[in-house]
Amino acid sequence: MKILILGAGTVGSTAAESLSEENEITVVDLNGRHLRELQDRLDIRTVEGHASHPRVLEQAGAADADILVALTDSDETNMIACQIAYSLYRTPVRIARIRASEYTSRRELFTNKTIPVDTIISPEQLVTEHIEQLIHYPGAHQVLDFAEGRVRLVGLMARSGGPLIGQELRELRRHIPHTDARVAAIYRRSPIPPVGNEEPVYETILPEGDTVIRSNDLVFFLAARKDIRVMMSELLKLEHPARSIIIAGGGHIGFELARRLENTNRVKVIERDHERARFIAERLKHAVVLTGDAVDEDLLLEENIDKVDVFCALTSAEEANILSSFLAKRMGASRVIALINRPSYAKLVEDQYVDIAVSPQQITLSALLAKVRGMRLDVGQVHALRSGAAEAIEAVAHGDTKTSRVVGKAIEHVPLPPGTTIGAIVRDDEVLMAHHDTVIQAEDHVILFLTDRSQIPAVEKLFQVSVTYT
Amino acid sequence: MNGLVVLRILGLLLALFSLTMLPPVAVSWLYNDGAWPAFAQGFLVVLATGLALYLPLRRHRAELRIRDGFLVVSGFWVVLGFAGAVPLLLIEIPIMSFTDAVFEAVSGFTTTGATVLVGLDTLPHSVNWYRAQTHWFGGMGIIVLAVAILPVLGVGGMQLYRAETPGPMKDTKLTPRITETAKALWITYVGLTVVCATSYRLAGMTWFDAICHAFSSIATAGFSTHDASFAHFDSAVIEWLAALFMFLGATSFALHFYAMRRLMPDIKFQVQGRRPRIEWPHRRKTSVRGAINGYLQDPEFRAFMLIQALLIAGIAGYLAIRGHHAPGESLTKAVFQAVSVGTTTGFTSTDFSAWPGALPVILILASFIGGCAGSTSGGMKVLRWLLIFKQGWREMVRLLHPNAVIPVRLGERGVPTRVAEAVWGFFSVYIVVFCIMMSVMMFIGLDQVTAFSSVAATLNNLGPGLGEVSSTFGTVPDAAKWVGIAGMILGRLEIFTLLVLLTPEFWRR
Repeated sequence: MKILILGAGTVGSTAAESLSEENEITVVDLNGRHLRELQDRLDIRTVEGHASHPRVLEQAGAADADILVALTDSDETNMIACQIAYSLYRTPVRIARIRASEYTSRRELFTNKTIPVDTIISPEQLVTEHIEQLIHYPGAHQVLDFAEGRVRLVGLMARSGGPLIGQELRELRRHIPHTDARVAAIYRRSPIPPVGNEEPVYETILPEGDTVIRSNDLVFFLAARKDIRVMMSELLKLEHPARSIIIAGGGHIGFELARRLENTNRVKVIERDHERARFIAERLKHAVVLTGDAVDEDLLLEENIDKVDVFCALTSAEEANILSSFLAKRMGASRVIALINRPSYAKLVEDQYVDIAVSPQQITLSALLAKVRGMRLDVGQVHALRSGAAEAIEAVAHGDTKTSRVVGKAIEHVPLPPGTTIGAIVRDDEVLMAHHDTVIQAEDHVILFLTDRSQIPAVEKLFQVSVTYT
Repeated sequence: MNGLVVLRILGLLLALFSLTMLPPVAVSWLYNDGAWPAFAQGFLVVLATGLALYLPLRRHRAELRIRDGFLVVSGFWVVLGFAGAVPLLLIEIPIMSFTDAVFEAVSGFTTTGATVLVGLDTLPHSVNWYRAQTHWFGGMGIIVLAVAILPVLGVGGMQLYRAETPGPMKDTKLTPRITETAKALWITYVGLTVVCATSYRLAGMTWFDAICHAFSSIATAGFSTHDASFAHFDSAVIEWLAALFMFLGATSFALHFYAMRRLMPDIKFQVQGRRPRIEWPHRRKTSVRGAINGYLQDPEFRAFMLIQALLIAGIAGYLAIRGHHAPGESLTKAVFQAVSVGTTTGFTSTDFSAWPGALPVILILASFIGGCAGSTSGGMKVLRWLLIFKQGWREMVRLLHPNAVIPVRLGERGVPTRVAEAVWGFFSVYIVVFCIMMSVMMFIGLDQVTAFSSVAATLNNLGPGLGEVSSTFGTVPDAAKWVGIAGMILGRLEIFTLLVLLTPEFWRR
C-alpha cells in the first residue's frame, strides 16, 4: 500500500522503517537532514516541507496514497493535514496522533463531515490503558486485547510457586479443567550469563504437550478475559490485587490513571506543581493529591511507601522516573512501574530496579503498526511482542472453502508458515481455544502467533482470498 | 567497499546488456543484410563475460554502499564502451579499428552522436539500427533500466540511480520506491519514443528511418542513418517535428511523468506484485490544464524555454539579415539547428559551421548549457546555470544593499546552500576539465578551433563540432579519439561520478 507518514520523529521514522519492506512509504518533515538520513537507509521517498500545506501533500503523493498517518508534534497540524488530505485529495484512510484529551474526549468531532480522522492514536490514552491493565494483572509484562477485548494475550515471567512450573504443559487441563487457555510461546533466558552490558539471550520455544515451563521463563498465553487470573495463578504465585497505589506525576497520564483507579483502589498522586495539583485535586473524588517531590524521602515515608502495592513514576522526565523508582523500590514499594522512552535506559533498569518499564513511544508505535498492518491484511490487529521479536496477529478468515486457504480446514491442516501457531479463534461472541481439530469457518477471527516476523507476508498470503479483492 | 559485490553487479548488468544485441539480429534478418553473425557473436561474447562474472559470485550479496554505487556506475560505463564495440569490431562492413569501434560505441551510449563513419547510407540496416539503439539505451541509462527491472538491487538501487542520473538535485523520487521511479521514467521514455517515431513516419520517413531517428531524437543523441543527417529528408515539417521532440527529450522526465499522470490518471505505473489497494471513487481526474501547468510552473523549464527562444530569435534574425538562406528558410533552419545543438543532440539540416559571424561559436557555447536536469541531454544543465545566474544576480544586489538577506530561490522555495555549493564545485571542475582536455587536444596536433569544438562536442555530449570535426571524427588522430572517449563518459556521468574514483579518499577505508 502507499502510505504517507507526516513527521519523521522517533515514532514516525520507526514506523517508516517497520513498514517500508512491505509498503511504499513517503515521509514528510520540516527537517531535511533527518529525511536524508532516513532515505539513505530505506527505500522510501522523502519530501521536505510543512506537513499540512497542500502543495507539500500534493508533492508527497496524497492524491495517490492509501493511508495517511499524521505524527507531527502538533495535534493541530495533524488534524488539519487529515482534513486537507480528505478534502483535496480524497485520501481514503487517515490516522492521526492526537495527544490533547480536550480533543480526544470529543469523539463526535471526528467524522467525515467535521474533522475527517478515521483513527485517532492517542499516546496518553494508550499508555494509561496499558498501565491500568498491568495493575489489574500483577506480574504481567504485556497485555494485548484481541477481538475487542474478548481474548487477551498476556506475557509474564513465570515464577516458582506457580503450580504449573516444572510440569509438562499437558498437565494444564488437569490443573484447571474448566478454563481453556493456550500457551502461545515461551522465551527462555539462555543459561550462559550475559557478559558485561550485553542483553540476556532468549531462546524461543514453541510449546508442545511435553514442554516443561521453568521459573524465569517469559511465557505468552492467550485466554478469554475471565480466565486470565486463573491462568496467571498457574504460572506464578498470584499476588493479591493491588490495593494502594502511588502515582508520581500528575500530568495527563497520571491524572487519567488516577481517575480510572480511584473507585477501586486507594490512590495517591504526587505532583510537584501547585497549580496542577490543585487542578487535578478538584477533579478527583477519592484520590489524595499531594504536592511535593517524588524523590523526597520524607514525603514517601510519610505516605507509607513500604506498604504500597504499586508505585508508578509517570512524569514526562524519564531520568526523574528512573530515580524515583529506584528510591521507591529501595524504600519497600512492592512493584514499580516507570515511564521510560529510551530503550537503552529501559534495558539498564528493567528487572533490577524497575519491575516494568513502559515506553510511550513503543506503545504508540505498536498501536499504529497494529492498525496499519491490520488495514493491509484486512484484519483487526497486528501486535509486536518483545519489541518486535515476535508478532501476534488477529486475522479474519474471509471467503469460502474454494477461495480461501484456511476456511473449512481443521487447524492441523492449515499450511502454516514455520514458527507460526494458531492460538485461538473468536467466532461471533464465543472464544474457542485452538485445538488441532478445530475447523475454521468464514468470518472467524483467528489469532496467530509468530516467532519470526519475516513470516508475516506468508501469513498475509495465507489469509488472502484468491480472487482479487479491492 | 566490497569488490566482489561490485563485480557481481557488473556481471549482471553486462548479461542484461548483451540482450540488446538481439534486436539488430532481427533487423538484419528482416532486411537480409548479412550482418547478423557479428551481433549474434557479440551477444554470446558479452553474455558469456557477464555470466562468468556473475555466476561464481551470485551468492555474494551485501548492501551496496554509496562508494560501491560510484564504482559500479563508472566501471559499467567504461566496460560498456568496450562491450558495445564488440559487434562493431566483428562486422565486415564497415571495417573498423579498435579505437574507432570503441569511439563509436561510447559516442552512442553517451548520446553524443559524434561518428567516425562516413557512407552511413550504404551501411547494413542492422548496423544503423544498432547505433541508434545504443543512443536509446544510453539516453535514459541502462543502469536505470536495470534498477527498474531487476529487483535484486534493493536500497542499493538508489545509490546507482544517483550516480547515473544527471542534475544537481537527485534525491527527489517520483514514487516512493526506487524500482518504481526507474520504471516510471522508462515508461515515460518509451511512450515519448513511440509518439516520436509515429510522427516521423506520418511526416514521410520510412519506418526504419522513423524509429532510428526517434531513438536518436528522444535521447538527444545525434546519430543519423544518412550522411546528410536531417538535410537528407529536405522537409520543413520533419525539421519542426524533430525540433519539438529534441526539445521534449531535453526536458526533465519528471515533468513528463507528472504530466502523463494528469492526462491519464488511471494508468497504473506501479506494476510491482500484489499490493492491496484501497479503492475510492472519483479520486483521480484527467486535467489537461494541470498537465500544462506542471510544465509552465517549473522554473527550470521556463528558463530552458527562454534560452531556446532567445537563441532561435538571435540566429534567425542574423541569418535573415545576412541573407544566408533563402527567405522563409532561415526560421526553420534556425529553429532546427538551435534546438539540435542547444539540447546537445547534434543533428544537422544544414552546415551550421559555415554560418556567418559568431553563430557557429554561439551554438557550440549553447551546448554548455544543455537541457534540463533529469533529461537525456548533455551539457551542464539549465538548472545549474539558473542557480549560478541567480547567485551572480544576488551578488550585484548585495553591492547595493550590503545588509540585505537575499535567498536564492527556485520557484517559491529557497535553494539549500549545499546545492548551491555543489553547483559551484561542479562548474569549476567542468571548466578545469575542459581546459585540460582542450590543451591535450592541441598538443596532439589539432588546430585551436577543432580542439575547442571537439572537446565541447564530446564533454557536452553534443556530437558535431567545428573545423575538422564538423561532420565526422574519422580524420583526427587516434589519441584525440581516446581523449574524446574520456570526455564523453565524463560528460555523461557528470564528471564527479568518475573523478571521485581518482581521489585517494575513495580508496581509503
